[in-house]
Amino acid sequence: MSTASKARAQGLQLAPAKKHDWKELFFHLLFLASAMIGVVSVATIGWFVFQEGLPAFKEAGVLNLVFGREWLPPALYGIFPMIVSTLISTTGAVIIGVPIAILTAVFLAELAPKWLADIVRPAVELLAGIPSVVYGFFGLVIIVPAIEVIFNIPAGNTILAGIIVLAIMILPTVITISETSLRALPPVYKESALALGASHIYSIFKVLIPAARSGIFTGVALGVARAIGETMAIIMVMGNAPAMPGSILEPARTLTANIAMEMSYATGIHSSALYSTGIVLLVFIVLLNASLLYLNRKRSD
Amino acid sequence: MNKLEVNNLNLFYGDNHALKNISMAIPSRQVTALIGPSGCGKSTLLRTLNRMNDLVAGVKIDGDVMFEGNNIYKDVDVKQLRMRVGMVFQKPNPFPMSIFENVAFGLKAQGVRDKRVLNEAVEESLRSAALWDEVKDRLDSPGQGLSGGQQQRLCIARAIAMKPEVILMDEPTSALDPIATHKIEELMDELRKKFTIVIVTHSMNQAKRISDKTAFFWMGELVEHGETSQIFNHPLDKRTQGYVSGEFG
Repeated sequence: MSTASKARAQGLQLAPAKKHDWKELFFHLLFLASAMIGVVSVATIGWFVFQEGLPAFKEAGVLNLVFGREWLPPALYGIFPMIVSTLISTTGAVIIGVPIAILTAVFLAELAPKWLADIVRPAVELLAGIPSVVYGFFGLVIIVPAIEVIFNIPAGNTILAGIIVLAIMILPTVITISETSLRALPPVYKESALALGASHIYSIFKVLIPAARSGIFTGVALGVARAIGETMAIIMVMGNAPAMPGSILEPARTLTANIAMEMSYATGIHSSALYSTGIVLLVFIVLLNASLLYLNRKRSD
Repeated sequence: MNKLEVNNLNLFYGDNHALKNISMAIPSRQVTALIGPSGCGKSTLLRTLNRMNDLVAGVKIDGDVMFEGNNIYKDVDVKQLRMRVGMVFQKPNPFPMSIFENVAFGLKAQGVRDKRVLNEAVEESLRSAALWDEVKDRLDSPGQGLSGGQQQRLCIARAIAMKPEVILMDEPTSALDPIATHKIEELMDELRKKFTIVIVTHSMNQAKRISDKTAFFWMGELVEHGETSQIFNHPLDKRTQGYVSGEFG
């Protein structure tokens, strides 16, 4: 018998309100503390990166650092070529990877027979778990030599190699999130489109993909974040020359590669300049998230 | 003159015998109401009439559904069938696009690009659905921004735009308030002049108010089918009597 019904059976009054419900309070604080860990981490990272990067900004000047075209430590700290390389490799990866990923997601959510989806989906999920250094191997063994042969150039370690490796690396993120948001659509969208005599393919492109776009945007943004932040595989296949690339068939160095390759021996302003490279990366990620928020808010009206 | 004829129709979802040997005729330009308790098969029957059940995995259908003398399960292109047998669903569900685009959707899916043709069709359909005056100044705003009743009339306009001969309605007012419901019922009274309407409803008052013919379903069987006044006032079967008098269901 519960306390309440026992009390009722004995004809007792309702118990007075407790001043402090310690169990409730404990769990409230536990949830709050968990939620704060993420916020504190991001604030700490931001604080220290800015702290360490500021001396380089002061020494070289923000404009010279961000728009400088020469990276010659300890004299010149221009990271503009790396900003350009990061943007080109990421954009290229999105242009190649996102359409493939969305088509795959539609295939899995709408078209594939169950047995085939049961093969493709775990394969895609496995792709997400492969360490980036292994993607680097894949790039070195297959893509770099292929580029040498196809374009008849002496070294295949180029931006193009980076683009292709990144395009594959962002596939699982975009596919999984897009497929989930397509599956989350109420079935009545598809039914009403078909009930109007539209073909299945027309319904997919005109109703289902637009209806799932906020989820698809989220997947794309996470894919972009992964491409911007990717380091290991890029170092292995992109050649890493810190100069302004003239085309995607030249080697180049991304922001992340710049930090990873020189951090171990840099000191003083050189080291600070690497931190400021990190600041620029953080700014990119913040801009990316802000534009995602903006896009999704506009659509939900 | 019968628009649709169902002959000895059996439908199975896996092992579940959901429709048992149904035969009924649906007369042209009348409202036929399908009533019965939840799970009795009335919605399933409605969805056989435009082959919406094709989407369900593991469904098996035998028997005939004749539309204008064609067996729709044998020798008919399903897209054309669905253009001529339109459907309105239980929950108002405009597509996430503008009011105009919602109504023009079916025509655009058929490749109609001529702006003038589309404009005319959209206006005519919205007028027929008694929605034109409420939305004519904001055809570009999102269809999902309308009220529930307006959204349902938008869905009706979307179906009308295809110039169907039959409109299937699956509990079209069950998600609406009484005022919006009343508007839809008034609208149906207009639509019956041009279209053959088959409506599934849980509201016996609605069936009484709007339909010419009523069919009562019970556990996958068609128990009784006839003039609405006869079904409600002089039912022949005890189960129909029990249901329409509100004793069960």
